[in-house]
Amino acid sequence: MDNSKIGHHISGQFNKELEDVRNKVLTMGGLVEQQIELAVTAFATGDMEIAELVIKQDNQVDALEMVIDQECMQILALRQPAAFDLRLLITVIKVVNELERVGDMAERIAEMAIQLTGADSNKHDKYYELEHMAELVQEMLHGALDVFARMNMEDVTTITGLDENVDREYGSIIRQLITKMMEDSRNITRMLNVLWIARSLERIGDHACNICEHLVYMVKGEDVRHLTQKELEKKMKE
Amino acid sequence: MTAQHVRTHTIDVSSMLRDQKKTAEPNQICIKVENLNLFYAEKQALHGVSMEMAKKKVTAYIGPSGCGKSTLLRCINRMNDLVDKVTIEGKILLDDENIYDKSVNVAALRRRVGMVFQKPNPFPKSIFENVTYGLRIQGINDKRILEETVENALRGAALWDEVKDRLNDNALGLSGGQQQRLVIARAIAIEPEVLLLDEPASALDPISTLKIEELINELKEKYTIVIVTHNMQQAARVSDYTAFMYMGELIEMGTTSELFTNPQKKQTEDYITGRYG
Repeated sequence: MDNSKIGHHISGQFNKELEDVRNKVLTMGGLVEQQIELAVTAFATGDMEIAELVIKQDNQVDALEMVIDQECMQILALRQPAAFDLRLLITVIKVVNELERVGDMAERIAEMAIQLTGADSNKHDKYYELEHMAELVQEMLHGALDVFARMNMEDVTTITGLDENVDREYGSIIRQLITKMMEDSRNITRMLNVLWIARSLERIGDHACNICEHLVYMVKGEDVRHLTQKELEKKMKE
Repeated sequence: MTAQHVRTHTIDVSSMLRDQKKTAEPNQICIKVENLNLFYAEKQALHGVSMEMAKKKVTAYIGPSGCGKSTLLRCINRMNDLVDKVTIEGKILLDDENIYDKSVNVAALRRRVGMVFQKPNPFPKSIFENVTYGLRIQGINDKRILEETVENALRGAALWDEVKDRLNDNALGLSGGQQQRLVIARAIAIEPEVLLLDEPASALDPISTLKIEELINELKEKYTIVIVTHNMQQAARVSDYTAFMYMGELIEMGTTSELFTNPQKKQTEDYITGRYG
C-alpha cells in the first residue's frame, strides 16, 4: 500500500493515529468478508452452528464501527486535519457505516439460513444462482477493500460494473421464485426467505459500489456518487 | 388530500441545493497585484507575484515564516517604502490605479488602506483620543463628528459596550484583546476601503482571538480585508479566499473551502496537512 499518502507528517503521533484507523477499517472489512462467506456456507450446507457464529460476529462488527467512529472524531477534534487527511477521515466514517450494513446483511442471510433449515427437511435444495450471485458480491466487496488498502483507482469501474450483473441475476432469481410460488403455494414462506437472501446479497453489491465511490472522493477529491456507470467511467478517465 | 395540496405542501429544498459556486455573483476586483518583484538590497523576497483580491471579501495569506506573506501585505499600503534599500518592480492596482505610480500621495493611500499589526499598538492616550487621532490629523475637530465617529468605530470593532463608560481612560489600561480591537477601531474610524491585518490575533488569548475573528466576519460587509496568519485554522475560519506562499512565490490561490479540502498543488497539500515535502 502506498504509505506515503498517510505518513510523512511532521507529527509522528498523527501518522500513527491515521495508520491505526486505516488498519482497523481493513480488519473490519476482513471480518465482514468472513461473515458473508460463512453466512453463504451456512445457507448452502444448512449448518446451524456456522449461522449462529455469523450472528455473533455481528456484535464485533458493530463494536468496531463505534470504535473507529470514535477515533475519527477524536482526530477531527484534536488535529483539525485538512486536504487528504480530512477526506480520509470523512471517507472512513462513511465506509465503516457501509461495512456495518453489509454485516447486517450477512447476519440476515444467516438468520434466513436457520429458518430455512428449521422449516423444512428438504433442506438441501440447491440455489446455484444464489451461490453465483454471492460469489459476485464477495468479489465486489473484496475489490472495494483492496482499493482502500492500495488507494489504486484503476479497479473502481470494474467493481462498480459488476453491479449490473448482480442486478440481472437478482431479477432472474425473483422470476424463478415467483414461478415456484405459483407452482405450489406451500412454497411461499420458503421462497420468501430465499428472496430475503437474494435481496441481502443484492444490497451488499450496492454497498460495495458505495464504498468505491467514497474512495474516489478520498483519493481524487471528487464526489462521484449518484452517477451512472457510464458517467463514472468517463469521470475516472479524466 | 389532493395532488394539488401535496404539491403546495411539499418542502422546497431547491434553494439549499443550488450550487454555491455557480450562483455566486462574480466578484469585483479591489486589489490586483501584477508581476510583483521585491528585493531587500540584493536578496529577492518576492518572485513575480500576481493575484487578484475581491472587494468586500477576506483574503488570507498563509505560508511558512519568511515566505514573503507579510512583505506582500506591506506592499499594499507601501509600508515597505520605509525600509532601506528596497526595490519594487511590478504593479499593485487599487481600483485600477497603480499605487506605485509617482503621482500617488502615500499618506492618502494609507488613509484608504488601513493596517493592524501583530502587537496592539495603541497610542499612550485616552481611548477617545486613539480613535479620533486619524480624524484630528485630517483637521477635523468638530466635537459632534468626533463623538459620532468614536461610537461608530468602537461599535464596528465590537468594543463599544466594554469601554463606553471610560472613553477618557488611558488606552494602555485595556487588555490585549481590547487593545487590538481598539486599534482596529482606530483604523476603521477614517473609513478606509481596505484593511490589512498582519497576524492580528497571534498575541491574544483564545477568546479574544474568536472575538477578532467574529469582528473580521462583520467588517467584511464594509471593507476588503487581507489577513496574514500563521494559524491555518484561523485562515480557514475567517477567509473567503486563501493564498499559499512559499519562498517568495505564490504557489496556489483559491476559495478557502477548495484550498483546504482539495488543494491542487502538492506543496500546498504538504503544508496544510503538516507534512514535510
